[in-house]
Amino acid sequence: MLTIKEYVKAATIDEAYDLNQKKTNCICGGMIWLKMQRKNVQTIIDLSGLGLDKIEEREDEFEIGAMVTLRDIEENKALNDYTNGAVKESVRHIVGVQFRNVATVGGSIFGRFGFSDVLTMFIALDSYVKLYKGGIVSLEEFAKMPKDRDILMSIIVKKQPLKCVYMSQRNTKTDFPVIACGLSLVGDTYKIVLGARPAKAAAITYKKDESMDIKEFAEKMGEAAAESFDFNTNMRASAEYRKHLAKVIVKRACLKMEGVY
Amino acid sequence: MIITVNINGKNVTEDIEADLILLDFLRKHGCYSVKRGCETSNCGLCTVLMDEKPVLSCSMLAAKADGKNIMTLEGLQKEAEEFGTFVANQGAEQCGFCNPGFIMNVIAMFREYENPTDEEIKEYLAGNLCRCSGYEGQMRAIKKFMAERKGAK
Ligand code: FES
Ligand code: FES
Repeated sequence: MLTIKEYVKAATIDEAYDLNQKKTNCICGGMIWLKMQRKNVQTIIDLSGLGLDKIEEREDEFEIGAMVTLRDIEENKALNDYTNGAVKESVRHIVGVQFRNVATVGGSIFGRFGFSDVLTMFIALDSYVKLYKGGIVSLEEFAKMPKDRDILMSIIVKKQPLKCVYMSQRNTKTDFPVIACGLSLVGDTYKIVLGARPAKAAAITYKKDESMDIKEFAEKMGEAAAESFDFNTNMRASAEYRKHLAKVIVKRACLKMEGVY
Repeated sequence: MIITVNINGKNVTEDIEADLILLDFLRKHGCYSVKRGCETSNCGLCTVLMDEKPVLSCSMLAAKADGKNIMTLEGLQKEAEEFGTFVANQGAEQCGFCNPGFIMNVIAMFREYENPTDEEIKEYLAGNLCRCSGYEGQMRAIKKFMAERKGAK
């Protein structure tokens, strides 16, 4: 059970950061995962008064505030036009609308959860996190960093000519994925991201080979991805099953990108 | 801490504990339609509207609702009754336990989409679990309701 002694809606980022330095204090995003933990929190720090709930589009980037909800990114036209609907696809299977109206992008990314569709999706893009003290760090790096007491302020997605696709496999609708795949293509290089292995999302790159038939190429890329990542077993799926799914999902994502799946 | 929440059109001010969950706050103020089903953010039974958007009241601190407008089924009697008749006529409920959360989310859906497609309906309501009906009756009720509404226009 979660117990909380005090609730503070921070008036400034500075205040939030200072409060967050105490180990018994805690930042809350949507609070969905936090609530399910057995934890005694002295002070819960709410960032919702800091204007971090906006999605801004600039000429060369998007900036998504940490308190933007999953529903907001699902509905954001510019972000979905840019990603050809992949962002929507990455969140629309997460429980239900009521859940996505509460869960925040910052909470999903900062938590670096293995099952995170959001982390998998954004690593596939050229994404960065803006940390209050740590500055701007690539999301791929951030995913590997140990958790500290900094504050995640926003996610920055650099725009570039790209194609991208998101796919996931779930044992049952609205459950966590048993494999999640974000695929992007910039120039002749694919970035293949696999999450829910069940370890958290990680990426590899793979060169496009125009000389091959697309179906044959997709098959090869799927096989290469399945060999490059490590997979494990948990209550939802075995390592062997995940490895098989990875091969198929990467192949399908590649074909979908070319409009042949 | 002291919070003021507008519940179904009435401002309620109260000194609350920091870890009071919105669901308990609402029940304390007479909104017994708001129920706890799973408490793991999965079933949708505790759905209420916060500033017009459906949210899970089991997964939110009451403190987060400070300054917000909350609507529960108690405040939406007319809309709920209108649609509820279709649910009953289609045999779309058996034990009825899921009903309050389901109706709240259907109301939210119709505020967002005038004419949702089957796919949009399924997706919008995916977070409202029902252990009895198999969802077919619910789908029929929604479609009959939409058809009737269209005819009335
Ligand atoms: S009780 Fe809130 S989602 Fe089940
Ligand atoms: S009618 Fe029984 S849970 Fe839905």
